[in-house]
Formats: sequence, C-alpha cells, structure tokens
Amino acid sequence: MKNFELQHIQRRKRSNRIMHILFLFSTMIGIVTLGILLVQIIAKGSGWISLDFFTHFSSRFPEKSGIKAAFFGTLWLMLITAPLTFIIGVSTAIYLEEYAKNTWLSRFIQTNISNLAGVPSVVYGLLGLTIFVRLFDLGRSLISGALTMTLLVLPVIIVAARESLKAVPNHQRNASLALGANPWQTILRVVLPSAMPGILTGSILSLSRAIGETAPLIVVGAASYIAFVPNSLFSDFTAMPIQIYSWAGRPEESFGQLAAAGIIVLLIMLLGMNLIAIMLRNKYQRS
Amino acid sequence: MIDIQSLDLFYGEFHALKNVSMFLPEKSITAFIGPSGCGKSTLLRTLNRMNDMIKTVKIKGTVTIHGNNIYEPEVNVELLRKRVGMVFQQPNPFPKSIYDNVAYGPRIHGTKKKSELDDIVEKSLRDAALWDEVKGDLKKSAYGLSGGQQQRLCIARALAVNPEVLLMDEPTSALDPISTLKIEELIQQLKEKYTIVIVTHNMQQAGRVSDQTAFFLNGEMVEFSETDTIFSNPVDQRTEDYVTGRFG
Repeated sequence: MKNFELQHIQRRKRSNRIMHILFLFSTMIGIVTLGILLVQIIAKGSGWISLDFFTHFSSRFPEKSGIKAAFFGTLWLMLITAPLTFIIGVSTAIYLEEYAKNTWLSRFIQTNISNLAGVPSVVYGLLGLTIFVRLFDLGRSLISGALTMTLLVLPVIIVAARESLKAVPNHQRNASLALGANPWQTILRVVLPSAMPGILTGSILSLSRAIGETAPLIVVGAASYIAFVPNSLFSDFTAMPIQIYSWAGRPEESFGQLAAAGIIVLLIMLLGMNLIAIMLRNKYQRS
Repeated sequence: MIDIQSLDLFYGEFHALKNVSMFLPEKSITAFIGPSGCGKSTLLRTLNRMNDMIKTVKIKGTVTIHGNNIYEPEVNVELLRKRVGMVFQQPNPFPKSIYDNVAYGPRIHGTKKKSELDDIVEKSLRDAALWDEVKGDLKKSAYGLSGGQQQRLCIARALAVNPEVLLMDEPTSALDPISTLKIEELIQQLKEKYTIVIVTHNMQQAGRVSDQTAFFLNGEMVEFSETDTIFSNPVDQRTEDYVTGRFG
C-alpha cells in the first residue's frame, strides 16, 4: 500500500515536470524567434541609423538614402487616423453598449462589426480605392490612405471600447441614475472615466497594428518613391512599411541593410506607442 | 405621503406584484419583509421608477407621492429620483474622492459654486454620521473606506440632493454587526427629516427600526400594520409562520 502510494506520487511528480518543460519550450519558440529576428535586424541595420537617415529622402544610391518621406508619411497617417477612429469608434461603442435596445438590428450590427475586425486588410485597401480614391475623387493622396486606415482600425477599436464599457459594473450606473442623473450624464461622469484606461489601451494597440499595415496602402496607391514630405491632405505620400518593402526588394546588399534600419525605426515607433498605452493605463488605474 | 393603489407589476408573463395597496405616512419608517422573490425589492424600485430600465416590465395601478401620480407620462423621472433617493444592497460609491461622491448629485442637478458644494458635502456627511471620521480625508478615494463607512457615504450621497423619501434595499446585508448597528441608529435619526422605506431580510432589524411593517409572499401583500402588531399579534397565519421562523 505504502509502496503503491509512493510510486503514484513519483509518477505525478514526473508528469508535472514534463509538462512544465513542455510549456516552457512552447514559450521559448516565440521568444527565441523574436530574439533571433531582432538580433539579425539590429546587426544588419544599426550601422545605417544616423541623423542623415532621418533627414534624407530615398535615393538610387543607398548611402544617400533616408527615411524622411516615409517617416513623416506614417506620422501624418497616424495623426489623422488616431482622432478619427477614436471619436467614431468610441461613439459607436457608446451607442451600442449604452443606448441601443437589444433588437435583432443591433445584434446584426454587432455581429457584423466583430466580423469586420477579421476582414483581411487588403480588402479594406480595395474598399478605400473604390470609395475614397475613385468615388470621392480624393486621388492617391494622404487623406485617402488615412481614411482607409480609419476604416481598417475602426472595428477593432469598437470591439475594444465595447469590452471596456461592458466591464463597468452596473451598480455604478444605477447609483448615478438613482440620484436623478440622465443616461448621458451617467455615461460622461461615471461610465467613461472608469472605461477610459481600457479604451485608450485598446485604441493605441490597434493603431500600432495599423502602423505596420502595407497592403491597404499599396492598393490605395501610396507611392514607393517620393522625395518630399506631405504638405497637404491631398499630396502624394508614402509610409514606413512601404519604404521598407521597396528597399527589401532591391538586389543590392546595402538596400537590405537600409530596410533593416527602417524596421528598427518602425519597431521603436511601435514600442513608443505601446509604452504610451501602458503609461496611460497605469496613470488611470492609480487614480 | 406615498399612496400605492391597486398596483400590479409584470416581468413579461410573470406576475411579480399582485394588487398591492398601501399608504406610507410622512416621516415614518416602513419595513418590507418576506422571503426572497416575494416582490418586496420590486415594490421598492417602483417608488423611484428604477424598474423602468427593465424593458419587459409592465405596471398597472397608481403610486402617488404628495398627490402626484409618479407614473403619469409627463412626470420627469430625473426629478422624481431627486425627490426619492435610494441606497442599494451593496455599498456602491463611485471610484472618486469622498467629496466628489457626495457632490455628485448636486453637480448633476446644476450646483456649481464651490462654497455651496462645500456646505452640502459637510451637511450630508454630518447627517449620515460620517463627518467626524472623514473630515480630514475628503480628497481621498472612497474605496479606502470600510464597508460600513462606504454605505454611510452612499447614504450621504443620497441625502445631498435633498430628497423627501429615502429607499433602502437591504442596506446592511453586506455589513458586519457593528456597522449594521451604526446604520440602524442612523436610520432612526434620519426619520426626523425623511420618509424611509427599508427592505430587509433581517426580521430583528425590521422590529428594531421600523414603525410599520408589510409582509409579502409571492407578490402579494399579506399583512401591513404597526410593526409591534406584525411581530407580536399578526392577523394572518402566514405572517405568524414567517415572523416566528417557521418558514422563509
């Protein structure tokens, strides 16, 4: 009896250890791959990062090439896309979560928004091409790109904002309504302040996904070679992932290194946005 | 003061309140007792129309406060709820400072002046017997208070909009005995200024704090009279069975 118990315990211990190692191994697959990727890119590209890299436009000669047009293109895209998606997305989420009655129509809209979040980005590019570039005749311009990006990010932000609103406990709403507040006062003063950290984090994370999108911008017509910074909503533009893509496609070794340098800059922008998301979350959670 | 006449309430098909009629005099404490699901909380929530938010609810009959039927279509629900305050079962302060919690209602209803708000906050906290404990910490988060203090804060928050009626839905069921005692003492004091209706699962509490008691069973008001009568000499057999602990 005793012997049997001992054996059983050892078997259990062993299977626990095996599973422990297995899970660790799965985790390592992701981390090691990312590590190798980062090391390779940094080794390849870091030598090309200098002040010139940011002040020069792209060129036929790798040593004269820089990321200026793409950097400002991406910056402008984000500056237009961020407020548009935030305002429209949060308003939609508030409508669906706080005002809309639970009818078949609102359920239909909700299901569709969740589905839209999973539509491939190139489809949004085609949509942008049809609507903004051709129908609205905005041309292959910065504003067409930004509006297409807005459509692309919108479903993700709506879903994230709705989850944050849902997480606000109902007793908070009841407390406000029982004091004679109307629904809008309740949303503005009680629901939104509680939901804001989640909404902001969701928004920034989905924008940081958009910053790396290439396909929709290519379809909408971002140029791969541009030697100026966009100076109006209607000027031609390019963006970081497109510049990187076009450099990476060149046969010369040094353009490959330029592409790696571009990736480093893009990664730093991404990290910066995620850092902002984390800081906003911590700030709101403390207060 | 509050006059309920042949009130029927349905949740969809479910008949939750059956032909309830009762009169609650001004500046008195009324307790609603009865087993879970008997309709006592539902009746409480008809008095400030919190049931309006549930879409399937249908109401027949009248509830009159100071001669006005609160279910008339032209009644402004926001103003009604200003007159009829509510305290919930779980203490539910906002994740804001103690001051902002109490000032929330007055601000909603348009009070902006700092000095005026300061006065209201102090007076409400005094009336809720919380001022001495928090006067130095008004800027601190309400979540730092104990459960009993949070519930008194919620009472202060309800008092801050100067209501006539105070509805309390099992206000002590989430609290320890000492906090419960404090709230009960407070309810006794509040009676001087407010008409109070309290739902409770705790029969000793109903006996201690209320002037009259209504006993509910399956949506029906079985008996309603002076609290002493209900507990010592009930007319209905079902009331006697319930208050002596034979069921429920």
